[in-house]
This record gives sequence, C-alpha cells and structure tokens, in this order.
Amino acid sequence: MTGNKTLFDRLWDSHVVTDLTGSGALIAIDRIFLHERTGAAALNALAEAGRKVADPARVFAVTDHIVDTLPGRTDQTLMPGGQAFIQETRAAAKAAGITMFDVNDPDQGIVHVISPELGIVLPGCTLIAPDSHTCTQGAFGALAWGVGSSEAEHAMATGTLRLAKPKSMRVKFTGRLNRGVTPKDMILTLLAQYGAAGGKGHAVEFAGEAVSALDMEGRMTLCNMATEFSAMSGFIAPDNKTFDYLEGRRYAPAGADWQQALASWLVLRSDTNAIFDQEIEIDASAIVPMVSWGTNPGQTIGVDGVVPDDAEAAPLEYIGLARGQTIKGVPIDAAFIGSCTNSRLSDLRRASAMFQGRKIADGIKAICVPGSSSVKREAEAEGIDLIFKNAGFEWRESGCSMCFYAGGESFPDGSRVISTTNRNFESRQGPNVRTHIASPETVVASAIAGVISDPRDLMKSELI
Amino acid sequence: MAEPFTILTSLPMPLIRDNIDTDQIIPSREMKSTGKTGLTDGLFAGWRYTEIGGREPNPDFVMNDRAFADSRIILGGTNFGCGSSREHAVWALAEYGFRAIIAPSFAPIFAGNCVRNGILPVILAPEAIAIIEKSAAPVTIDLEAETVSLAGGENWAFPIEDEAKSMLLEGLDAIDLSLKMSEEIATWQDADRAARPWIYLGANA
Ligand code: SF4
Repeated sequence: MTGNKTLFDRLWDSHVVTDLTGSGALIAIDRIFLHERTGAAALNALAEAGRKVADPARVFAVTDHIVDTLPGRTDQTLMPGGQAFIQETRAAAKAAGITMFDVNDPDQGIVHVISPELGIVLPGCTLIAPDSHTCTQGAFGALAWGVGSSEAEHAMATGTLRLAKPKSMRVKFTGRLNRGVTPKDMILTLLAQYGAAGGKGHAVEFAGEAVSALDMEGRMTLCNMATEFSAMSGFIAPDNKTFDYLEGRRYAPAGADWQQALASWLVLRSDTNAIFDQEIEIDASAIVPMVSWGTNPGQTIGVDGVVPDDAEAAPLEYIGLARGQTIKGVPIDAAFIGSCTNSRLSDLRRASAMFQGRKIADGIKAICVPGSSSVKREAEAEGIDLIFKNAGFEWRESGCSMCFYAGGESFPDGSRVISTTNRNFESRQGPNVRTHIASPETVVASAIAGVISDPRDLMKSELI
Repeated sequence: MAEPFTILTSLPMPLIRDNIDTDQIIPSREMKSTGKTGLTDGLFAGWRYTEIGGREPNPDFVMNDRAFADSRIILGGTNFGCGSSREHAVWALAEYGFRAIIAPSFAPIFAGNCVRNGILPVILAPEAIAIIEKSAAPVTIDLEAETVSLAGGENWAFPIEDEAKSMLLEGLDAIDLSLKMSEEIATWQDADRAARPWIYLGANA
C-alpha cells in the first residue's frame, strides 16, 4: 500500500469519535471484558453513581483470577474473602445485563484465552479490560489494552475512553526460529535486549517473517508480554491465519457480515513507507531458549548463559544467584505451566511431547493449569492430561491459579519455581517465591531434570 | 463524583520519601474489599502498624501522630505513586480524607487516578516542599490560582493540565465530561453501526 500510515494509525483513526482540546481524543471502545477481581468494584461504582452500562451486549465478565483451580470447585476459594469477589461480580453482572462466564460454565477460562476462543476480540476492534495482559488479544490485529477501574467504568458508561495517542514502534523479527525456540523466547529476547521499560509510551506492532510464521496461539504469547515491555499494547496485522481462526466462532460475524468484515480487515496493515517513532529489528534465527534470572522480566538470559557481571545486588539477593553463575543446573523446587501467556492447547501439546515417558524429578511440585475449560476438554480428548499426570504433574481446572498470589494458594515460602507465566516480581507467586520465567518446553525439561535445563538437550537425542 | 476542589487549607502530613509505590500505599494483602471503600485500614499498612497484618499502631509513623490526624494534604517525595496501576491506592487515600498530595513528581498513572478520584496532585520543587515541611504550619492550595501558599506570605505556582483542573474545580469526573458529548458519540456510533454491524452484538441477539 502506498502512503505512510501505520497499522496503529489505522486502528486509532478509525475509532476517533472526536478530538479533545489539548489532550488526545475520545476513542470508541468496541468490547469490554471484566473479571471477578475488579469487576464488582467497577460495576457497583457505576450503579452507585446512578449510571448505566451503555451497551451491555458488548461487555463480558468471567471468573478466572480468584476462582480455585482444584477439581470440584465452587464459589468457595482459598483466597480469604474470595467468595465475595465471585458472588458480587456475578450479582453485579446480572443486574447490568452482562454475559458472564461463571465458575463452572463450559466457556470459563482466563479472560485473554476465552475472548479469542469465543470470537469476542476481532481484527480492527478496540478492546479493554481492567487487566494489564489484555494486550494478548492484539494478536488478532485489535487494539487491546489494560486499563484502571475508573477507565473501565468510563468505557462502560460512555462507550469511549479519553486517551492521549501513544507513539508507535515496530519490532521486526527477521528470519526463522530454530527448533526448541518458541514465541516466549522471542518476547523474552526483546525484553532482555531492550529492558522492561523499552516500550514505554509506545504502541508496538510485531512484524517480520518469524511473526508471520507463528500460529495464532504463538502470536498471543508474543503480544501477551507487551505490557512487560511497558508498551501500551502490542499487536500484529491480521492475515489468513487470523481469519481462519475466527471464522465460525460464537461472537464472530457470520454470513454477509463476515464477508463485509473480511474486506475491512484486509486493509489493517502498515503501509510500506509507514513511519514509526521507533523501530527495532531482531534476528529470530539467533534466538535461544530464555530464562529470567532476576525480579523483572527484562532480567533474562539465554538458558546457556550466565548471570550478568553488572547484575544489580537487590534482585540477586532475592533470587539467590551470583554474578557470573550459569543458570543451567540451578536446582528448582517447583514447575508451573499455565497463565494467559502459555496455557493454550498448542502450548500443552508441545510441553507434553517433551516427556516421552519420562517423569519429573523427585520432590518437585509440578502443576499444569489449562487456560480455559475448553482447552482442558480438548487436551483431555487427546490424552494430554494423562501424559502430564503420569509424569507427576497435577492437572487442574482452568484459571489464573498460581500465576499470581492474592493471599490464597501459592508455592511454598521462598521456593524456586520455573514457570511459563509472565511476571517474576518479588512474591508474585507466593511469599518470597523465586520465579524463573521460561517457555513450556524449558519448564518441562527443567521439571524432568530437577534443575533449570535447556529443552534442546532433551530434543537432541530424539525426534520430538 | 467528588466534591469540587477550590481552596484547601490544612496542616500537611510530611511523608517525604522518594518512590513511594502503590504497594506501600496499600499492600495487596490489604485489598480485601470488593469495592472502592473499606480500604482505609490498609492505607500505608506496612509502615503504619507494628507488624505485617497487625493493627497495633507504630508510634514512629507520621500517620499515627495525633498532630496530623486531620491532615488533608500529604507532602511527598519524587515519583510518588509508582509501581502497579492499582487504583485501590488512590481510593484508600481518598476514603481516608486526603484531598491533595504535594510532591516533586508523580507516576503518571497514579496522577491520573488521583484526578479521577478528586485528589489534586500538586507538583512543587523539593526546596519549596522542604520549606513547607519546616514551617510545620498549614498551607493553602488555591486550585483556581494554581498556587500553594504559607500564611507567612511564601507562595509557589504549580502546573496542572486544563482538563484535570476543570474536572477537580467542578467536582466532575471524566465520565461526566464525556457524557456531555453523548450526541457526538451517538452520531459516531450510528455511522459505525452501518460500516461495522458485527461490532454491535445486541443488534444481532
Ligand atoms: S494468568 Fe496471570 S497474568 Fe494472566 S490474567 Fe491471570 S493473573 Fe494476570
């Protein structure tokens, strides 16, 4: 295409209701997703102020954050007071006329996993949720980002948000990934090279051969951690993979609408001469499996690397590693596969293929939590649950689970966990828990060995 | 909707530390309420009580000094309100009764949350803040005039964006401001509904 517009310009311009004097624009919001941790607060505050949800049909709610992931779950949760969050969100959603995917609904799951599954997020739409990993859904060529509670209220009451336009950035991954290297390693490489603040104030388009080559689930993993890069959001131009994924999903357009939608989605890309405020290029063929060593996601190295010589003292002290130490071989206490980053069917398939009859090391607490009830059913139909269970993993109901600690269930105090999640902050997965973030393959390889391991070593000997 | 903010005079409570983050303002373990209220006990809980999770006041923490029991203003350090975007930090401050924070700089999301919840973020130079602290006397914040003054005559101007100023002055929140544009929104949506009917789910239900 000629011209110099970015995909971001197109997403932005097509949603400007009106410019605001001196402070950005009033931007139309197409979809809103709430979860039980903050949903009740936002809905109740609206109701108390005597305001209505302008268009309840475009607002959805789910129980994912606090709900237990143990079998036979109910509204009772291990988080103190957790039941109230679930029940109040349910009552508030009902009163507002909002569709809710409740505790044991067949469509329940982590918000950013079920929204695409149901065709709620669509190319070219704006979607917000009071949750920082909403950017995951940018994988569909949508402008999707996390907001605060008041902004969620604002969007529900008015169908808009008042926004200053962020700058634009393109991150191009050239070449192809090597075997054993995953989208998680792509985003961790970006974070390792440019830091956790590298995308501050920017809307980031992911592009390039390695990105086009990813399936939709891999693209979601990549966009998921745009927020760890401090970007407002991350997104990818939609293509045939995007359209094939969405066609026939419950809330996706059908019939004549589908044809009309497709035509409008085909132009959702950056012009050849598009001008970005910043551009980054990374050679995907040089990426290796990555593991975080510190307490922010930028503090990450290759699994065959060493803790940097200039590493800060505070994160080192917390994590219990030394400068120059090799990360491979560090003993772990636990392994976690789940979260909105890496809990989809393809993640679980690739992870389970690593076992080849092997079991996890003695004394390791290992948990696998499918990202949605539908992922869980599909995985069980393929026998993936049995592979995990036979290897020594717990197999859970879907939800956020031990991705974050809210006072309920957690890994033991001070334990070291290799995890497919997105945040390695202090005490994120429980009091003093030391989290190393990595790909599902790296987590399984490490769980089998009992120490942080390179998944490529396991793959070498066999045809996985 | 917050009470309009016009002129506020109060003895400011000094809490001059840099990088006070939202987890220090309210730790996540204290976010027990499902709403925006019921959070005041958790405000600065890590410093305010003698032990984690306890309620025994720590006599060394300024909030427990009776002299500041009625303070409506906090004197803070640079990068006030950094860390996570959790709005509970501002809700807890507002519920406790704080209406303004004077600091050399604020984390942007926190400052936005303050304005949305009726708290005025006032940016002053560290030297001015030091003088105010030393005077140990009430200060007056005049939002219309964009000034902070001490009774003795010292007077400083502070910057504030127009939209934030008018929202605070009128006690309007952003929703009120945007609802004033209901007509533009409806017009935009009518045109959009024709162009992108699949976005409007209710219509197909
Ligand atoms: S899985 Fe973790 S990061 Fe994702 S939405 Fe849930 S708590 Fe947040």
